Amino acid sequence: MGLLEGRMEDSFLVTNLEHAINWARESSLWPMTFGLACCAIEMMATGAPRYDIDRFGAGAFRATPRQADLMIVAGTVNLKMAERVRRLYNQMPDPKFVIAMGACTCGGGPYYKYGYNVAKGVDLVVPVDVYVPGCPPRPEALLEGLMRIQDKIHKMRDLTKGQPEELPIPARTGSVGLPPELQDPEKAVEFLKENKERAKPVKA
Amino acid sequence: MTPAEIANLLEEQFGPAVTGKKTDALDPFVTVEPARLVEVCTFLRDDPRLKFALLNDITGVDYLETDSKKVAKAGFEPHLEVLYHISSFAFPGRRFTVKLVLPRWKDNVAGQLPEVPSVSGVWRTADWHEREVYDLVGVFFTGHPNLVRILLNDDWVGHPLRKDYEFPLEYHGIRCR
Repeated sequence: MGLLEGRMEDSFLVTNLEHAINWARESSLWPMTFGLACCAIEMMATGAPRYDIDRFGAGAFRATPRQADLMIVAGTVNLKMAERVRRLYNQMPDPKFVIAMGACTCGGGPYYKYGYNVAKGVDLVVPVDVYVPGCPPRPEALLEGLMRIQDKIHKMRDLTKGQPEELPIPARTGSVGLPPELQDPEKAVEFLKENKERAKPVKA
Repeated sequence: MTPAEIANLLEEQFGPAVTGKKTDALDPFVTVEPARLVEVCTFLRDDPRLKFALLNDITGVDYLETDSKKVAKAGFEPHLEVLYHISSFAFPGRRFTVKLVLPRWKDNVAGQLPEVPSVSGVWRTADWHEREVYDLVGVFFTGHPNLVRILLNDDWVGHPLRKDYEFPLEYHGIRCR
């Protein structure tokens, strides 16, 4: 607020109610504290100061599903756990969102073929909003997934009658521009050629 | 006492109950008649020359070649093995293995688990290890105090580490394959 403080006339803002509600919702997502496997470590890193999920207003990890509206399924979901995951999902108040974090929750991952006890993707158990692949995904990837959830909330029209569901358009992205040597397509080809040359094994 | 000496001692003590031995392997072992397992294990634990007070692990192995083209080359008949890895506190560094060879199914009736006397009365550690072997490989330990599944759900069907195990299509409404 420091930037704006004392700079405004005595005034009011006009917005539509839906937008205001969506804005409030997307800026304070409360994820549920629950990690199933190694992805949970990365989720913790995302919550820690270096990556700081609090910047997106989603830092209040709740220890109960009844106070949470975002479920980050971080880690392998085995069949014994899947029932519990479903139960936790059912206990969350609406509106609720699910991020499937990691290869295992996206589709079974390394356990796809021989994992007799692993659910082949958490989307077989609960409806998933955003998939974050990776094994485990970097914290940046999880933050990107969170931003996609926010985009989704941004486009929610649950007050208006008879509105068709719109596909969310990414409002913010976490993508970074290409490095200067790759920005120009011609230069990029040259750069790749050079790279190939460099990668060739040295003849003895 | 070298593994060979231990094996000889066991042969001397139990005669025909010891059906085989290999003492130059990385894990030297004797093969024992399942019916006399508890006797042998009690001897291994209590004899002052042996003092194997610790059961490190119990392993169940399913020997079955499921590929019909490779059966001839496999070099073994289908069977199960249960191995007891034991070591000694009184003689540090001394390790030994007791091996049981079992049929895959009792009386060759599919679904009838082969039976082994439980050694949970000899080593308390065996309790959970035997439950795990029962759970995943499907060996029934007679005389076990509480032989229920330890890792999988109680209502699970089959024993997943058997080579001919087939995944369930669905489990509690969740598609499995």
